[in-house]
Amino acid sequence: MSEEKDIVEGFNSPVNLKYTFAAGAATSKFLREIKKGKIVGQRSNVTGFVSVPPRGACPISGTPMTEEVALPETATVVSFTIVHIPIPNAPVDPPFVVANVVMDESDQTFIHLVAECDPSKLQIGEKIKAVWKDESEWDLTLENIKYFVPTGEGAVDLQELKAKRLKETEKYRNA
Amino acid sequence: MSTEQDVLRSEFDLEFTYTRTYGPVMSQFFTALKNQQVMGIKTSEGKVVCPPVEYDPKTAEDLTDLVELPSEGTITSWSWVNEPMAKHPLQKPFAWALIKIDGADTAMLHAVDAPKDQVKTGAKVKIRWNDERVGWINDIACFELA
Repeated sequence: MSEEKDIVEGFNSPVNLKYTFAAGAATSKFLREIKKGKIVGQRSNVTGFVSVPPRGACPISGTPMTEEVALPETATVVSFTIVHIPIPNAPVDPPFVVANVVMDESDQTFIHLVAECDPSKLQIGEKIKAVWKDESEWDLTLENIKYFVPTGEGAVDLQELKAKRLKETEKYRNA
Repeated sequence: MSTEQDVLRSEFDLEFTYTRTYGPVMSQFFTALKNQQVMGIKTSEGKVVCPPVEYDPKTAEDLTDLVELPSEGTITSWSWVNEPMAKHPLQKPFAWALIKIDGADTAMLHAVDAPKDQVKTGAKVKIRWNDERVGWINDIACFELA
């Protein structure tokens, strides 16, 4: 038998899953637009719900979304967390903010980074805007937006924001 | 409507870099395997379990009585693989088999490299050791007919 110092205590057991990811029609269109520096979502003509990134179907009515809608580059922080450990390939150093954000004039959140701010002062409802990578780096990815930064306007009330969106989309539901 | 060509596709490789810890009993089993020695463990009923387990199957008490076993055994059950997958231990048709090591009362799963018509329940097999052993199950490259 071997000496105790040579005891094998474990082994590397990487789990490796190889996928071919198909973006689908709606997301493919979105990615082609974002490669050109444009944020394009989809609107349901049944509920008025605007989703970005688009998924092809309205999450409320289940009906196909066929109308494209160009969105502004401003958004609102819906929730966030402060990350204190470095993430490989992240464009920011810790501590940084990973936030659930909703683009203005849209109704669906997605996850992105918020930077160039003091994380301890960030608030839910904070108004933010997109900061793009250099145009030479643009590709078929939402990472063309490097991160979001606070606009300096401060925070809005999320309940009020939701009520405002309901009012804005009312005409589609009444049509 | 969109066509198939409109849909973007991308290779996506998801990997979890786990390191698994053997624990007190399997550490000894795999350390022995690295040194070309098979080990079993004795239960309260005096049976030998190989590969060893940490706890008694009947009483659930800690087991510690490791015993050395030979590198030969008997096929107790098997299944033929016509088309090996990339991560299989052999890149040619082979058998997955339950092999009861001589002196053990339980069987272990491993690959058998042998012609299909010679893989049989009751066939005697022996370990083909891997040249490079690190202390894991692939230190046994496969079994072959004895």
